Amino acid sequence: MSRYFTEDHEWIDLDGEIATVGITDYAQSQLGDIVFVEVPEDGKQVAKGDDAAVVESVKAASDVYAPVSGTVIEGNPALEGEPALVNEDPEGDGWFFKMTLSDTSELDSLMDEAAYADFVSKL
Amino acid sequence: MMSDTAEPEIVEELALLPLDAWHRARGGRMVPFAGYEMPVQYEGIMAEHQWVRESAGLFDVSHMGQLFLSGPGLDAALEALIPADVAGVKVNGQKYSLLLAENGGILDDLMFTRWDDGLYMVVNGACKWDDIAHLREHLPDEIDINHMDEHALLALQGPKAVDALSRVVPGVEALVFMTGGRFDWDGTGLWISRSGYTGEDGFEISVEADKAAALADALTAQDEVKPIGLGARDSLRLEADLPLYGHDLDTETTPIMAALNFAVASKRRREEANFPGAERILLEREQGPIQRRVGLIVDGRQPVREGALVLDGEGNEVGRVTSGGFAPTVQKPIAMAYVPVSLAEIGTRVTLSQRGKIHHGEVVAMPFVPHRYVRAGAAK
Repeated sequence: MSRYFTEDHEWIDLDGEIATVGITDYAQSQLGDIVFVEVPEDGKQVAKGDDAAVVESVKAASDVYAPVSGTVIEGNPALEGEPALVNEDPEGDGWFFKMTLSDTSELDSLMDEAAYADFVSKL
Repeated sequence: MMSDTAEPEIVEELALLPLDAWHRARGGRMVPFAGYEMPVQYEGIMAEHQWVRESAGLFDVSHMGQLFLSGPGLDAALEALIPADVAGVKVNGQKYSLLLAENGGILDDLMFTRWDDGLYMVVNGACKWDDIAHLREHLPDEIDINHMDEHALLALQGPKAVDALSRVVPGVEALVFMTGGRFDWDGTGLWISRSGYTGEDGFEISVEADKAAALADALTAQDEVKPIGLGARDSLRLEADLPLYGHDLDTETTPIMAALNFAVASKRRREEANFPGAERILLEREQGPIQRRVGLIVDGRQPVREGALVLDGEGNEVGRVTSGGFAPTVQKPIAMAYVPVSLAEIGTRVTLSQRGKIHHGEVVAMPFVPHRYVRAGAAK
């Protein structure tokens, strides 16, 4: 399984055909306490860069973009009742949605863990 | 991931407050606010909010304008600019009022206190330069306006504020809500009033800027006290029905539209009707305004924030949300909105529109969280 990162602070794990998407620990720390998450519906088609989810902290609302193109197969049902999971475990139980990819070559433009760590260190 | 509340472009150099280094050393996340760099949070807005409701929090509000007015005929001169009964305020008494434009619109909201030799006034940081210019233009030349910019302003708020502060500055426990007094601390004079912007019991403390860090240290050394950022200040004041100038109040709103009828409570001032916009304001007070500020609880969990629209049954825009967010104590999304009086009754269902999505809510009585002020004559 490999993990990729975007400059918009999303992570994406590819496990066979299925990718899991969430926001990074850096992103949740910048947002602060998360009070609401809206995940996409099953079957939603997204193109890379489309709005896919909404995350709201006490202070502000933010869009989460689709890191790659494909079809949403499941939103994380736990986030509706417990949005703070995104603060507690952003790169684990606080995942946002799972999707199938329409073009795996889009992953090539994303960062690996080391490149993302370097990107964040310069912010 | 991108925030839809874009960072403002920095068009001017941000000024630093006396406690700037103090905040940074304690992990305060600094953001631009009212022309200064100020701490929005330390450990997190939710935890800080709850801490203030249960214990005591220290806020740095040194961005606010502290003014001292003095001179012959001051009371009558100031009454020409605000609707309060200035003359009726006794020494050490404190009052909330509004700086009004000629049309009755609100230029700023403020607190003033009578000192032996004049009036001490605290105005909003973002408005202070305009306020000073307005006062200078409209007050007679023989009135002096001293901008006390060599003073910091701290607020200690919460049910345990009195325990913590009375250990550091004995005697403050004798103050009641909306009164103040002079106290000595470590060889420095402090002005302390029992007032604040959270709905909790608490104090506001004016201190010479070069003593502010030592005082903040002495206060946070008390077990009850943690430093609190602007983020929690906003969620606390929203729950307490305390409007924020530039959001819930502006030059388009009047005291009656803003549901601040208590700011025109003086019978003498109403009969004299000689404050700016008196004719309009008194008419609105008698007959009701066209729109009024109300509190809303929003269904579900998604916050509805400033700028969201209030819609009528046909989907027409009839009002606007001026503050909103997820309320940590209420544990629901809450908001302040201006709505037509026909929608202002408690219990009225309202439709809201934000970023193309429809939300529903209900008009509720404010404050959302009961005030816990320590008033004169109340049982201890």
